[in-house]
Amino acid sequence: MSLSESTPVLELAGVRKTFGSVTALADGSITVYSGSIHALVGENGAGKSTLIKIVAGLHRRDSGIFRFRGADAAFNSTAEAKNAGIAVIYQEPTLFPDLSVTENIFMGRQPRSRGGRIDKQAMQDEAAEIFARLGVNLDLNRPADGLSIADQQIIEIAKAISLDAHLLIMDEPTAALSGVEVERLFAVARSLRDEGRGIVFISHRFDEIFSLCDTITVMRDGSYVATTPTAETSNDELVTMMVGREVADLYPKTEAEIGEVVLEVENLKSAGTFADISFTVRAGEIVGLAGLVGAGRSEIVRAIFGVDSYDTGSVALNGSPVPKGRPSAAIRAGMALVPEDRRQQGLVVDASLARNIGAAIRRRLSRFGLITTSAENRAAAPWAGRLEVKTSALSMNAATMSGGNQQKVAIAKWLATDPSLLIIDEPTRGIDVGTKAEVHRLLSQLAGEGMAILMISSELPEVMGMADRILVVGEGRISAELDREEATAEKVMHAATARHEKNRQEAAA
Amino acid sequence: MSAETLSRQDRQSATTRAVRSILASRETAIVLVILAIIAVATAMNQSFLFSGQGWRDLLLTPSILMVMAVGSAVVIITRNVDLSVGSTLAITAYMSGRLFVDLPGTPIIVVVLLGILVGAVLGLINGALVAFGKVPALVVTLGTMYIYRGAVLTWAGSDRINASDMPREFLGLGTMQIVSIPLLTIVAVLVLIVAGYWLASTRSGREMYAIGSDPEAAKLYGLPTTKRVITAFILGGALAGLAGVMYAARYGTVSASAGLGWEFQAIGAAVIGGVAIFGGSGTVWGAAFGAILLMTINRVLPIVGIPDFWQRAVVGALIIGAIVLDRYLSVRRHRKLQEARDDA
Repeated sequence: MSLSESTPVLELAGVRKTFGSVTALADGSITVYSGSIHALVGENGAGKSTLIKIVAGLHRRDSGIFRFRGADAAFNSTAEAKNAGIAVIYQEPTLFPDLSVTENIFMGRQPRSRGGRIDKQAMQDEAAEIFARLGVNLDLNRPADGLSIADQQIIEIAKAISLDAHLLIMDEPTAALSGVEVERLFAVARSLRDEGRGIVFISHRFDEIFSLCDTITVMRDGSYVATTPTAETSNDELVTMMVGREVADLYPKTEAEIGEVVLEVENLKSAGTFADISFTVRAGEIVGLAGLVGAGRSEIVRAIFGVDSYDTGSVALNGSPVPKGRPSAAIRAGMALVPEDRRQQGLVVDASLARNIGAAIRRRLSRFGLITTSAENRAAAPWAGRLEVKTSALSMNAATMSGGNQQKVAIAKWLATDPSLLIIDEPTRGIDVGTKAEVHRLLSQLAGEGMAILMISSELPEVMGMADRILVVGEGRISAELDREEATAEKVMHAATARHEKNRQEAAA
Repeated sequence: MSAETLSRQDRQSATTRAVRSILASRETAIVLVILAIIAVATAMNQSFLFSGQGWRDLLLTPSILMVMAVGSAVVIITRNVDLSVGSTLAITAYMSGRLFVDLPGTPIIVVVLLGILVGAVLGLINGALVAFGKVPALVVTLGTMYIYRGAVLTWAGSDRINASDMPREFLGLGTMQIVSIPLLTIVAVLVLIVAGYWLASTRSGREMYAIGSDPEAAKLYGLPTTKRVITAFILGGALAGLAGVMYAARYGTVSASAGLGWEFQAIGAAVIGGVAIFGGSGTVWGAAFGAILLMTINRVLPIVGIPDFWQRAVVGALIIGAIVLDRYLSVRRHRKLQEARDDA
């Protein structure tokens, strides 16, 4: 197949998108041809998802060139993109849990007979035909609620097929599929390619990329890095392009003395989300939880902290057991959790800085059940100073602060409780590079003072740069434990997908 | 497995599924409860069912609430709620009487259509505030509940429309029977059938469920969310408006306090009938049966000799029971499916 003869179905060049002060996409460029399967690779946070959301009509670009089938395009809604012939299979399926599988495929464009009545038989038949083509046996009438991610993805794929799209974007469609299902999906993708459609395929698995795609575009830190035919590149070259910098420089990890075991988790299990979770965190140690988005990392720490309950297993802090399902008990025992979503879960954004910092120690601040602003200010001042939160007064609203400062306030709030274990979920998501380093320095310093830190991060360099030990989570299980010295991007990536490999081998056997 | 055997299996399971879902459905359960209540009441007092008056009341009493419950169900299915429908009913009920007083000779059909139109406009105000203003429906309609009620209080004052103010033909509609079935009941059933068909078998109807099931997904699917939500509120308002006209014809007297608290009865009926309070599931049939159950229980409890206080408590218990049951069933189903997946 000669690429130069076919026309580009999608053309992006120098596309830029910012959210407030955060640049999500600095230079998004990709050219996808009809009859081609084009891989888009990069670390989490490299800007792939933003790029796709622009193509799908969820975001509007700030600047840059966006052409679809040769014509300039700017979609104001997903409906417009869809009508133009773009189908997107998202990383996390978005289905209607109450509606049937069939309805989920056809919602908004059900086949109709006379009088606008939905032709349920035709709808059913078409769904059955698509599933037969996919080789999937799924009950067409059951509600989507409770379906596995794999089955939900299948519905998403069926939806895209029924749309008869010119461009199919698959955002990590294989993340939760079994080996057989992946092979089936690839067969379908190839046949769609042979029909002359363009396909963008996003995946973290190099084996998949090399077996399926003909062209690869690499992104890093919101920018285009390179495009290369698959045949002319290698695993190692891709990793170098993706990571692209020396890890140690950015992450000022100082050596800390490792002390006693602080957190001990044994055989934690919660049906449907995770199982066999056992690990320890010692004083002065930073343990990184790495893995793909949706692997169950956040759920595990939520269970440890008591936000969610779990089925079996035990959690102990400083040698004494922590009762399950009770965050207040976890806090009393000495745990602190800085959640992933600062604005929604970590802060009261409409309240002052001092009130936010004082929030976790309200009981200690109150006298006769009353809390005064001056007591809050007194308690908050040392913390705000220490974290160099740049805000003129303690009375400033958290909502008006930058993402980096908000994160520091969220951390300060918990430090005020004097925890022995700090759990932090995606500490630097959505924070600009300068402030990132400050958050990292703070974590490093806290570890140096003997605090045990459990850090979830989807950014590989962050995990590898900050953590003394890395636990890789794949599909709700710990698939590898790597020491700082032995951890490489490849090893972590491999472990994050390892269970699939095992499943695949079992399926093949 | 060949495609042919696959489809045959599908068809087989479709039939058994249909039978099983009818047997297990909330609608069936409620119909059975209603029948049981009627049986008990009739056993204690033969004339509850076997008299012209008893038969008529049995059908007539729930019909106005049925119309309102259908509207409320549609709104709730889109993950919204409308608390202002009781006040809307008061406005159109009083307006109907006023029209006959101020403009004698107004054709009845004009009064009916005007009632529906005014209700629709009041619903549109709610819908626009919710859809464009991005204000939660609970807050918007709590506000308009008081505003609409205030409007009718200002308009009517302590005035009251009496039966003598309205033409005999109009009042006749309120009690008229066709083949022993009251006209108002026929109206309610027609509304129910049309709404039921629309929700179950048209694109816009199914999209109501989709929007209530997951608003974010609806946006990703490119569904016209704003338009549909406004439509739901307009429909809810229009049906409340129609209910107001029915109220005037049925009771003959209308004061500013007409329909006070009916919004909660309508929501209660929908919830008892299996409409999920967070949207996405349930049918208008369930809501209508819920309305029949509520109204029939209200009439039966005094016959059985239960004191007034307990009558309200029974209604409350029914609503809570329905929600707890729904929650329990859905949690259990969810858990079972997940465990099955883990074991696989």
